[in-house]
Amino acid sequence: MDAARTMGPIGRFLDSDIWYSFKRSPLTVGSAVVALSMITAAVLAPLIAPHNPFDLATLNLMDAFNPPAWVEGGNPDFLLGTDDQGRDVLSTIMHGARISLFVGFCSVIFALVLGVTMGLVAGFVGGTTDAVLMRIADIKLTFPAILVALLVDGLVRAALPRELHDRIAIWVVIFAIGISNWVQYARTVRGSTLVEKNKEYVMAARVIGLSSTRIMVSHVLPNVMGPVLVIATLNLGFAILAEATLSFLGVGVPPTQPSLGTLIRIGNDFLFSGEWWITVFPGITLALMVLSVNLLGDWLRDALNPRLR
Amino acid sequence: MPLLEVRNLRVEFPTRRGILTAVDDVSFSIDEGEVLGVVGESGAGKSITGTAIIRLIEPPGRIAGGEVLLSGRRIDNLAAEDMRHVRGKQIGAIFQDPLTTLNPLYSIGRQLAETMQAHLGLSDRDARARAIKWLEDVGIPGAAQRIDAYPHQFSGGMRQRVVIALALCAEPKLVIADEPTTALDVSIQAQVIALLKRLCREHGTSIMLVTHDMGVIAETADRVAVMYAGRIAEIGPVRDVVKGARHPYTEGLMGSIPSLAHKVERLRQIDGSMPRLTDIPRGCAFNPRCTKVFDRCLIERPDLMATDGASRAACWLYAGPKEARDAA
Amino acid sequence: MPLDAPHSSSAATTRPLLEVDDLARDFDVSKPLLFRLLQGEKKRILKAVAGVSFAIPKGTTLSLVGESGCGKTTVARLVVGLYAPTRGSIRIDGTDMATLTSRAAQAPVRRRMQMIFQDPYASLNPRWRVGDIIAEPIRAFGLLNDARAIADRVGELLTQVGLSPKDRTKFPHEFSGGQRQRISIARALSSNPEFLVCDEPTSALDVSVQAQILNLMKDLQQRLGLTYLFISHNLAVVRHMSDRIGVMYLGKIVELAPGETLFATPKHPYTRLLLEAIPDLDMTGRARTPVGGEVPSPISPPSGCAFHPRCPFANDRCKAEAPKLVTRGPAQVACHAVEEGRIAA
Repeated sequence: MDAARTMGPIGRFLDSDIWYSFKRSPLTVGSAVVALSMITAAVLAPLIAPHNPFDLATLNLMDAFNPPAWVEGGNPDFLLGTDDQGRDVLSTIMHGARISLFVGFCSVIFALVLGVTMGLVAGFVGGTTDAVLMRIADIKLTFPAILVALLVDGLVRAALPRELHDRIAIWVVIFAIGISNWVQYARTVRGSTLVEKNKEYVMAARVIGLSSTRIMVSHVLPNVMGPVLVIATLNLGFAILAEATLSFLGVGVPPTQPSLGTLIRIGNDFLFSGEWWITVFPGITLALMVLSVNLLGDWLRDALNPRLR
Repeated sequence: MPLLEVRNLRVEFPTRRGILTAVDDVSFSIDEGEVLGVVGESGAGKSITGTAIIRLIEPPGRIAGGEVLLSGRRIDNLAAEDMRHVRGKQIGAIFQDPLTTLNPLYSIGRQLAETMQAHLGLSDRDARARAIKWLEDVGIPGAAQRIDAYPHQFSGGMRQRVVIALALCAEPKLVIADEPTTALDVSIQAQVIALLKRLCREHGTSIMLVTHDMGVIAETADRVAVMYAGRIAEIGPVRDVVKGARHPYTEGLMGSIPSLAHKVERLRQIDGSMPRLTDIPRGCAFNPRCTKVFDRCLIERPDLMATDGASRAACWLYAGPKEARDAA
Repeated sequence: MPLDAPHSSSAATTRPLLEVDDLARDFDVSKPLLFRLLQGEKKRILKAVAGVSFAIPKGTTLSLVGESGCGKTTVARLVVGLYAPTRGSIRIDGTDMATLTSRAAQAPVRRRMQMIFQDPYASLNPRWRVGDIIAEPIRAFGLLNDARAIADRVGELLTQVGLSPKDRTKFPHEFSGGQRQRISIARALSSNPEFLVCDEPTSALDVSVQAQILNLMKDLQQRLGLTYLFISHNLAVVRHMSDRIGVMYLGKIVELAPGETLFATPKHPYTRLLLEAIPDLDMTGRARTPVGGEVPSPISPPSGCAFHPRCPFANDRCKAEAPKLVTRGPAQVACHAVEEGRIAA
């Protein structure tokens, strides 16, 4: 205890129960290593990818359908082989993961901000506001998330000219996935807010006459964010999958900016003609990414739940 | 031979920062028909002592040493299955919140009858008749009609009466009552305590009454053990401990309780608070708060020893050489 | 600051700091509308406080005591403005709170009264540092603007409640229950209030720590000339702290008297029951006559005098007619039996 007081924020973190439970779980450490290296590789893709798959000048159709380097007929230049246009599969995966993660993170942030705001207001204000917001959430819940995403995408596609649509397609996907996910945040935050708003520290703030907005933001919000972080982590995996599904179905990001889902769809065409690597490696990457993120989310949920500790 | 004998009981909770000793070398005994009060402030280890005796400590907590003897037979090393028979048949338990003891899905009659059938081997008819009798005994109006009611249909005070019936119906020799009235309103507390005392006297049952409320102890117990930081600070006849405490902690504790009978300008206060289990001071755990502290208290840990009064206290003030007492 | 002036006995003759007149508050505890329609149920109204009047002279302590559900906490929350009254008025130093509608108009009055809460583990925001918690009222009322001055004031307040100015950078979880209650008191004092509403301030604390907090509160009252409205279920604590005591039962005050009078000659049968029921150190081995019955639900209180089903002195009039508070010497009692002289006063 005394030691903790003299430490800085980093020292306090290293001394915390969260860090301790993290260190004690090899599976979690493994997941973190996988997730972090994937994120790093994706973010730095333009710098560290062995080839630039979008630079038409460097593409050579002669290199098309090269198998992975260790398979007979493989070219050591292309570690995981090449696709039908001679693009390096490893490089396309790194760039594709970049798009997938970008869409994943953005849609999670969008859903989080929307859901937390709705939940906080519903829980804190209560009464009719609460009833209306929560009925909206209930209605939203009756639609499967992917259906909502398809619906949004379809609407935007019909409403906007094709050229404009392609330019903002990635934002449409982010919006579509985010809008189909906010309910979970809203419900969780509303539940915690109902508990927190009756605590005496909130009453103390009301006694001195602070406005509801100020109490919500500075007192209640910081105390309801714990479970939100868990949901956000678990949702990241879902969002990446949702984006892959949409792209696989051909309604996601445009083919000029292929995400992991797009790569799997493209590769799928060649699966039965023997060029398995074009679809299998993006598939494995997607599976590992989602798995590691979900394992991290599971661990975070347990670590933040004092009853399980 | 005392009914219950606890010798050098030690309960530990392993944590990542080391092992916490919640109950440290505690010894006491309860005679047949006797009411022993165990008091202390939160974190003193009084409840854990009770749950250790009936072996209901939540893991990772564990009994790390000592012996518990019931009628001369060790029960701390029984197999889990045998211990289950001891609980209920020989030791009954009453907890603070009646809802943790009562199963919300069964009628109270069924819970009483099943307990009696399991331990006394009664027929269905007899068990039901006895269950009604018990409900009448604990003062539930219209017992015959309400026997098929469910726990949520009773008020808090009535539920605690049902719990008392449940704890006593298998006719145990000892009841461990852990804060049995803390959740109840004052006017109900008195009823419940009086009831518990009367029934145990009628059946010759001993009580280990764990509470933080000195008033309840003063009124109910024959002897009292005062716990501090996992150890017994003082143990003795209730009148002597309340009116003529020998341990400085007990003395301070009694002085800090506001009285109904007379008003004082300032209460006696013990400065500071009980140490956390993670940093119990060397020597006597009470030494940083003690007004009579001297050298020996800082180094050596006192065990219970005879005092100049009727109680025994874990305090160096009462260790043989007279110099020690003068020094204080 | 006029607060620092020690209060004199003549203070009692001036206008009371708090006047509460026929204060009442109902809560709607009905099920949601849809359920009510489907099950044909009526609205259920809980009369938490059903017409309570009292006044607290400057520099004194009035306590409200009673069992859970008697409405004492609701009175406390009404007084500090956490709830709006259904009926009745609250006047602070002559100002009727109902006339102050905007937050800006309320601020000067709110600054003069603060609240201390029951649960020291819930009353401090766990994500805030102690310094920020204590400084919040200072900032909210704009009493000091300079960061240095605020820090100095926080240090001074921490010292005043027996903590160290260095504690301001710590978080609440680093403190014990008693220390947290000290922080809570420091926060309450930070706006230089004259009036503190204390809602069971020690019922979550251990007795030795309770003594520390009660002593601290008494010291502060003397030093700063504070006025207290003290809420507790513990009669011994109430006796220790109060000048006057109101005993509440089912939303009403049944007896209001100076502390000494109440304990020496309790008049209302419920007050007698309470005094009889409480275990006390000085009464070792005493044989008690426990009174039967439990507190009825405030949703459907008994007719007439709410206490009549438990009262050994009840007659037909008690079942039909609710008694009013009647002055009897220094005390006020709401009881037909006392009024008619059926119980020796």
